[in-house]
Amino acid sequence: MSAAVPISWYLVLAAILFSVGIASFLIKRNIITIFMSIELMLNAVNLTFVAFAHMWHQITGQIFVFFVMVVAAAEAAVGLAIIIAIYRTRQTLNVDQVNLLKN
Amino acid sequence: MQLALFIIFGLLAVAGAINFLLQRHPINSALSLVVVMMSLAVLYWSLGAEFLAAAQVIVYSGAVMVLFVFVVMLLNAGEEERTHGSKAAYAVGFPGAAAIFCLLSFVFLSNGKSFGVTDLGNHLTHAANNIAEISQVLFRDLLLPFESTSILILVAILGAVVLARKEH
Repeated sequence: MSAAVPISWYLVLAAILFSVGIASFLIKRNIITIFMSIELMLNAVNLTFVAFAHMWHQITGQIFVFFVMVVAAAEAAVGLAIIIAIYRTRQTLNVDQVNLLKN
Repeated sequence: MQLALFIIFGLLAVAGAINFLLQRHPINSALSLVVVMMSLAVLYWSLGAEFLAAAQVIVYSGAVMVLFVFVVMLLNAGEEERTHGSKAAYAVGFPGAAAIFCLLSFVFLSNGKSFGVTDLGNHLTHAANNIAEISQVLFRDLLLPFESTSILILVAILGAVVLARKEH
């Protein structure tokens, strides 16, 4: 009835999302957008975990995704607090102007 | 059915990611990231991970992205301007990302036969459903890691409050 999808297509989709995440991590200058591209990369890796869990008929990959989600949520809370602190001290969100260590 | 779901929502995810990359305003990037996460939730569901699909919608597109949008609005973030640093980033970013993508997809596609195909319907070994199997593993075998994540969340809440507090 239904055409099956190769697991490798899911992995290639995850590779596309991960590469776009890397590219936007390097290209974007806004610190919030850079932080969002980290979330995009985490999501791409989660997709590979779920695809491999489906492939091996095991639940372990999904458990791993659950823990990644928990850690990503905690990371988002702390990271956004750090961004707010940066904005308070430097009055900017541009990563080029956050250069205290450089000078 | 599964092929149609994969093609529609895979293309939607890729389009959202590309739009995320191209948009200059952080709010537009955040909303395209929500599109990516919602389509990933559908893909999780099509892979037999119903619990993770729900958690993806609730945690990622619900909680995390709302937090991002709140911060973008709180800090009144406008369009990013191009600086001299972004030229070097363009010169390194696009080829680097393309190289990583080529490497990953070469590995995935050359081993594509051994990965097999999806078979929706009999992806579980012995449990009644996905949530039953996850909860058995999570609350019985992995109880200690599960409880330590709650401590991690608590520490993250305290850290966020301390960091975002006004100094005086």
